[in-house]
Amino acid sequence: MKQTAVNQTAVNQTNATDNFLVLIPAFNEAGAIGGVVKEVRQVVPKAQVLVVDDASKDATVSQASAAGAEVLRLPYHLGLGGCVQAGYRLAYELGYQYVIRVDGDGQHDPRYIPDLLKVLRTSGCHMVIGSRFYQGNGVHTSVVRAIGIGVFRLVLRPILGQPVRDPTSGFVGVNREALQVFSQSFPLEYPEIEALVVLQRKRFRFQEVPVKMRPRQAGRSSITAVKSLYYIIHVLLGVFINILKFERRPRKK
Amino acid sequence: MERLLDAVTILSLALMITVLFSVRRSHIRVEYSVSWLAASFILLLLSRSRALLNWISNQLGLTYPPFALILLVSCVFVVVIYRLSVVISDLKDANIAMAQRLAIVEFQLHNQNEKQ
Repeated sequence: MKQTAVNQTAVNQTNATDNFLVLIPAFNEAGAIGGVVKEVRQVVPKAQVLVVDDASKDATVSQASAAGAEVLRLPYHLGLGGCVQAGYRLAYELGYQYVIRVDGDGQHDPRYIPDLLKVLRTSGCHMVIGSRFYQGNGVHTSVVRAIGIGVFRLVLRPILGQPVRDPTSGFVGVNREALQVFSQSFPLEYPEIEALVVLQRKRFRFQEVPVKMRPRQAGRSSITAVKSLYYIIHVLLGVFINILKFERRPRKK
Repeated sequence: MERLLDAVTILSLALMITVLFSVRRSHIRVEYSVSWLAASFILLLLSRSRALLNWISNQLGLTYPPFALILLVSCVFVVVIYRLSVVISDLKDANIAMAQRLAIVEFQLHNQNEKQ
């Protein structure tokens, strides 16, 4: 094992204030993942870095390992939600107090990880969102996506009871309570917005932190212009269904 | 009218036989064959019992009994398809949970092996 701290014993020995994990979901990100992992390790040397590989067909796993990350390899492609949830499940089982999620395409600048972590530790909120629209930070988004975000803001405002500027941001941090909830229940497709509703059902709090986002370093976004309309409809439906949802009964043995 | 009823009879018998053969060859599990067998039995009953079909169309306020037959056929298949959607959703949830568990167990095993 390269980083012995990523096992139960070592995690228990880790100082509670340093006990956080940087989670990087990745699918065919061989071009960017190595750089992202190295950047994260430079910015937060004490952090454990876990790349969750969603059955990539390229060299994502070897690139991530070579850069010094632990890699959780899914046996087959589950999609973003299933991939992130696998990381949350492992992090919860290993006893981490905080998890910061960073995308594997290099859009999220790891220099903001300490900001997210600080707010998560000091504010008492359960989730922090790195917001590219907070205080007018550098914004790289298409017109269609910007319209979609505007729609989501309007819809989410009354549901969440507070405004959310960047509901589609995947640059998020969660504390252990939210980690427990997400390890059990996490939306599968386009999970960012529905995850806010999942937290709201638990009366958990979230806060936004200003970040700057960069253009992706390699690969293509999974959300193309053609898929945008489907994305908006799917997410809105998911939000309303999440509001109406009953907690599932345990499966019959 | 008679042709339509005969066609539905043939369709329901064909469905019944297909499902029974599929169960025999283990192409479909017994618990999922029940929905299809029930659906085909209902179709057979409606297509062969003119009195029942007339009564149902009267209850529904339909002047032309074949409309009732088409409506009921649609309802039966909607129920069967809905039930299958529930089953598929359950299977997908279980499948994702199992894939995640497998990945986590492999990760922990790998780390333990490297540690030793």
